[in-house]
Amino acid sequence: MPGALTRGPAGLAGSRGGRPLLTAAWALAMGILAGAMLLLVLLPIAGLLFTSSPRELWRGLGDPMVGPAVELTILTTSASLVLVVGCGTPLAWIIARRRGRIWRVVETVVEMPVVLPPAVAGVALLLAFGRRGLLGPALGALGIGVPFTRMAVVLAESFVAAPFYVQAAVAAFRRLDADLILVARTLGASRPRVFFTVAIPISWPALAGGAAMSWARALGEFGATLMFAGNLSGRTQTLPLAIYTALESDLRTAQSLSIVLVAVAVALLVAIRAGARR
Amino acid sequence: MTAAVDDKGLGTGLDVFVQGALGTLAIDVSFAVSSEVPLVMVGPNGAGKTTILMMILGALRPRRGRVALDGTPLFDDRRGIDLPVERRGIAFVPQRYALFPHLDVLGNVAYGVVAPSRAERRQRAREALRDLDAAALAGRRPAQLSGGEMQRVALARALARRPGALLLDEPLAALDVSLRRDVRRFLSERLRVWGIPTVVITHDRDDAEALDGNVIVVESGSITQRGRLGELEAAPDTDFVRLLVSGRAKSSSISDGRPRDP
Repeated sequence: MPGALTRGPAGLAGSRGGRPLLTAAWALAMGILAGAMLLLVLLPIAGLLFTSSPRELWRGLGDPMVGPAVELTILTTSASLVLVVGCGTPLAWIIARRRGRIWRVVETVVEMPVVLPPAVAGVALLLAFGRRGLLGPALGALGIGVPFTRMAVVLAESFVAAPFYVQAAVAAFRRLDADLILVARTLGASRPRVFFTVAIPISWPALAGGAAMSWARALGEFGATLMFAGNLSGRTQTLPLAIYTALESDLRTAQSLSIVLVAVAVALLVAIRAGARR
Repeated sequence: MTAAVDDKGLGTGLDVFVQGALGTLAIDVSFAVSSEVPLVMVGPNGAGKTTILMMILGALRPRRGRVALDGTPLFDDRRGIDLPVERRGIAFVPQRYALFPHLDVLGNVAYGVVAPSRAERRQRAREALRDLDAAALAGRRPAQLSGGEMQRVALARALARRPGALLLDEPLAALDVSLRRDVRRFLSERLRVWGIPTVVITHDRDDAEALDGNVIVVESGSITQRGRLGELEAAPDTDFVRLLVSGRAKSSSISDGRPRDP
């Protein structure tokens, strides 16, 4: 059995000229570094979950700030989800179907918010929709002021969340067999009918996964919202901003709200995994 | 190579004259397909066979030419006619069949049926499946079908719409050798029964023989020889035809160096 002689850690060390000390040191170093990484992730989560009694956490949720923040968060993230899916799906369809170089550029630009620091996103949004921004004069003439409104919250959330959905949708549409589309059309289906009865249903699992990722990102949006929409309780104060505000007065409230967000995030993650396996 | 089709074009069947380019490949062909005898298109990989089908279907626009079905122009650059794919009434069965994975077999076949009610659509789809001895597959999903079954379903779907012409891209290439002979016979019998102008692409001499149609040889975008298979065998004009009739030009064993048909 030559395999038994050369395989396995002992055999390997032996075959390399026998330096057991080096092998042990290597294993130890890898173990320590990997453990440190794991601790770095686990410790904060443990801190979040295990440093308060359930009663204290429940009391934290009673803070008057909590209700409006939850309500606003549900409202604005739902609106941004509708905006991202409603406009992002056609955009993804066009990007996936066009071959020109200009569309590769468009694809890259759409992905920009993923790598953009949130503070930069906030400044960018102000410079687009703010009073002195690109659209400022036009919006001003119509009597619309966007910054520091719920509209601004929705725009900030959509801006940072859109790439997650659009990327997933482009990938799903690219995977579609072109023959499916062509055959559907030879069967008398117009372009809209092909889109709604072939492209969308076949891509559905990937689209739903992308929408969930994008919603999760909108849910956690903080930096751009703070700069572009402010932190006005009941108007623009979403859950992440409420956590930030609570931190200044009552750490327990911040902790309770954080656990609520973590629970939602975990539920989403599980749902996405389940959807992807289907 | 003069057009077999003239501008009167009042005959029945499918008349094709297309010129155009796809990448470096220049397409320039003309042929007519009657409803009695299928047209068998042979040629090496990358010769433009699938591209020609795309132009007939309306998925690619020829630079010049005319495509007419039973005398009615579907495409005519001089008269500015260019019907969209969905209004040409030409059915297409691609090489891998392209069954809709999210619909069951009956849903696939009913997709293109025009009927006033859902019940009638499904009834017509059932009839189409029965025509292809595939009625028992109605409730299955495409993923649960064998290659031969997929082909029957794809044909049923194409025919349920009662198309004016039928284009089959390598209908036998995806099948096991063991199945191939039966399917070949089945297909050639049914084509006679249906009486629809049909274009079949194949690489295989035996397929061409079984289909017993008019053969056109397409090489580098042009027709290099046409006639019955027997005529090609008696007097092959090109190296490809010699390879084909010797039975050695089977699927993808010969290529003129271009990428596969797009």
